[in-house]
Amino acid sequence: MSDMLYPADEAALSDMLREAAGPLRIMGGGTRPIGRIAPAQALSTRRMQGITLYEPGAMTLVAKTGTSIEEIEAVLAAEKQRLAFEPMDHRAILGTSGQPTLGGVIAANVSGPRRIQVGAARDFALGVTFVDGTGQVLSNGGRVMKNVTGYDLVKLMSGSWGTLGVLTEVALKVLPVSETQTTLKVHVTTWADAVASMSAALGTPFDVSGAATVQAKNGGFDSLIRIEGFETSVQYRASELTQCLAKFGAVDAVVDPWAEVKDLTAWADLDTVWRISVRPTDSLSVLELMQNLQQDRGFHCQLDWGGGLIWLGLEAAQMSDVQAGLALHQTLQRHVAQLRGHATLMTSGLLRDQDLCHFQPPERAIERVSQSLRKTFDPRGILNPERMS
Amino acid sequence: MEMPQPNAEILSKKAKVAAALRAVLPYDAVIDDPSETRAYECDALTAYRCPPMIAVLPATTQEVSDVLKICHREGVPVVPRGSGTSLAGGALPTADCVILGVAKMNKVLETDYDNRLIRVQSGRTNLSVSGAVEEEDFFYAPDPSSQLACAIAGNIAMNSGGAHCLKYGVTTNNLMGVTLVMMDGEIIEVGGGYLDAPGLDILGVICGSEGQLGVVTEATLRILPKPEGARPVMIAFDSNEVAGACVADIIKAGVLPVAIEFMDRPIIEICENFAKAGYPDCEALLIVEVEGSEAEIQDQLDRISRIAKKHNPVELRQSQSAAESAAIWLGRKSAFGAVGQVADYMCLDGTIPVSALPEVLRRIKELSDQYGLRVGNVFHAGDGNMHPLIMFNANKEGDLELCESMGADVLRLCVEVGGCLTGEHGVGIEKRDLMETQYSAEDLEIQMAVKDVFDPGWLLNPSKVFPLSVSQSRRAS
Ligand SMILES: Cc1cc2nc3c(=O)[nH]c(=O)nc-3n(C[C@H](O)[C@H](O)[C@H](O)COP(=O)(O)OP(=O)(O)OC[C@H]3O[C@@H](n4cnc5c(N)ncnc54)[C@H](O)[C@@H]3O)c2cc1C
Repeated sequence: MSDMLYPADEAALSDMLREAAGPLRIMGGGTRPIGRIAPAQALSTRRMQGITLYEPGAMTLVAKTGTSIEEIEAVLAAEKQRLAFEPMDHRAILGTSGQPTLGGVIAANVSGPRRIQVGAARDFALGVTFVDGTGQVLSNGGRVMKNVTGYDLVKLMSGSWGTLGVLTEVALKVLPVSETQTTLKVHVTTWADAVASMSAALGTPFDVSGAATVQAKNGGFDSLIRIEGFETSVQYRASELTQCLAKFGAVDAVVDPWAEVKDLTAWADLDTVWRISVRPTDSLSVLELMQNLQQDRGFHCQLDWGGGLIWLGLEAAQMSDVQAGLALHQTLQRHVAQLRGHATLMTSGLLRDQDLCHFQPPERAIERVSQSLRKTFDPRGILNPERMS
Repeated sequence: MEMPQPNAEILSKKAKVAAALRAVLPYDAVIDDPSETRAYECDALTAYRCPPMIAVLPATTQEVSDVLKICHREGVPVVPRGSGTSLAGGALPTADCVILGVAKMNKVLETDYDNRLIRVQSGRTNLSVSGAVEEEDFFYAPDPSSQLACAIAGNIAMNSGGAHCLKYGVTTNNLMGVTLVMMDGEIIEVGGGYLDAPGLDILGVICGSEGQLGVVTEATLRILPKPEGARPVMIAFDSNEVAGACVADIIKAGVLPVAIEFMDRPIIEICENFAKAGYPDCEALLIVEVEGSEAEIQDQLDRISRIAKKHNPVELRQSQSAAESAAIWLGRKSAFGAVGQVADYMCLDGTIPVSALPEVLRRIKELSDQYGLRVGNVFHAGDGNMHPLIMFNANKEGDLELCESMGADVLRLCVEVGGCLTGEHGVGIEKRDLMETQYSAEDLEIQMAVKDVFDPGWLLNPSKVFPLSVSQSRRAS
């Protein structure tokens, strides 16, 4: 493959796409090589940089998609604001380097623990400009908080993994940083209690902004419940939640664990990681399946979003061989399909070269509509072909 | 507002189509008598009326599918309808269409408190969704003022918002899945009880597509535990600019109220005369509502009051009781009705960057003087969603056209300052012909190409959203 293409602006990008003779691999900082990566000419948005507008009083920020998340977060922090959906940084589990960019976060619809309270990346994207597979520069949405003018292609572009167009600029809604946060930890002995404790917390009016469960070092599980806001309010809600959670086990306030929960930093050495999205209480059925399949070999698990987001991980030593690994992957996707959820293979050393569906295969009708949309935006099929299969 | 000429060939098939529909629906679910189809001649944009050829009221997803198969086969346009409260003419029929009303489909299919969701048929009214989960102290957050009447189907089609969406978001942020019947009758499930599956966000496109991509028959909605309490503070200012600056300061300070409502002098006066809410004599009034426990509410109201006091308010009144809260909200909530008592009005909903508020209010005033039409402004200030109410006299020759012309100027102004034509009511027919002020030809083309994917024959609500001249070749095919 020849060198990476770095368009400096929309016009250059448009020319490159129009003239492209074959498939392109679209990337920002290249920190999220998730899905099938077919051989293709690489194109990075990294040179399209800069914050073009920031109005703290209107809670809006507009930036070029090659801008790093780090830069955006620093600019926001100076005004005591933030990306409320707290995008996960995938570098730890994927073993990548480079800088996560705004474009990557939106194209992959990357959110973190606060997603359950405030919404996903796609809910914070107010407007997009992108170049489609024919080289046309297109816009949708705008930079205002409410906009129902025409179809919402902002949502469609968010999470389309660069298969519909190359995002060049995104307008975001931002929110104030909370004055303070507290995290309560409840130690429980079963996954069932973990999920029940998170459901209980999320069922209170105390505005829980994070509900995750991690495997405790000395056995059992720690269910983590976050509340944020003004000091007095956080104190009040923490004490109410402590009472509400007491029936599940001892409740303690702990040091802010959310960076680790969000980025799975402790999982850097695992071989294989799945991300599964189901109804929160259905997570138990997935865990039961894993238990049966893995038996004594064990597995790693973290629940987020009150149980709705399951992270499963295996060390190389916890898998026997490629055939068994493939079978496990397929069994997981089949089981999750029955629960009407989705399982994605995020990374795997063992299964790296295997022909498999990284993303959950969609139902036929959805697949047909998706293919047809892709053909509309990218008739030649040059943008990240097969990435989402 | 122009509508396409009805297709004579379709009109000539009326009896045949009605008979085919009666073969798949109960007899009384097919309405073809002109004295009865009249009930469906308009939505809340009552200036435009046209009875449909036939109206049908299916009761199940399968019946909807059967109806669409017939219309697809016969090439008959279909206009989906919820409760007919659209302010944009979204549910306005054409003379050659079948109105597909989902009003009979109002069942709750599932409530799941552990996973905080409810599944309903789409004809269920917005308020009755909250009603269904009230006994467990949950609620459905998006709350359009029309919530007593409007259906979830219409909310999804228009991506409706409400007073509390500053905190909770609009419909799209609270919608988890739908059952959609495509124009050819195929039934598809999009989304469900989980969050953020990878794959193209088809649900995100369906929400806000104004009944042009498919008919939504069921929806999975996020429900939330009710807050412990809520109370507003009312703050009066002697200029719109100062009120606007105060809104920006509240937001910047990190207090995130559930609602910030703004009323200008004409609205304050009309509402006061109508509702006797005890509003002060002032240029601009903010109602800011916060939620939480008693102590949390007090803390937030004090923070807001401190910020407001820096702007020298004419009056500042923190509600101390449910009765006082009700009084403060009374005027605001009766605003549309109150204006309706003094004049006919057209309600726009262009959205602007909050920073442009003072300029836009000033220029709306200039337009009002220039056109000689009164305008009142009442709107969701936290998110810049304006609601200019332009008052006119429907019985006066030319007044409606004058009002529409001024409305168009106001919306162009919203776009000019970086905003959009509609923040929550939708495009429908009302803003259809202004779409080119906001979008380039290519931007419109790609949206129409998305419709091609779902409805290649352009039979679903075809004469809405896109300027007729722009969609002409597709509709004719
Ligand atoms: C007094 C008043 C106050 C209002 N306040 C607000 C407000 O605060 N916020 C706000 O956002 N709106 C408001 N509205 C506008 C209106 O209530 C909303 O747009 C509402 O969502 C429309 O719902 P409906 O069921 O009445 O839909 P309808 O008017 O019947 O239809 C609206 C659109 O939805 C489509 N549609 C209907 N059913 C389906 C279906 N099953 N599948 C696919 N498409 C379908 C129709 O074709 C049409 O395009 C207000 C209206 C009034 C009259």
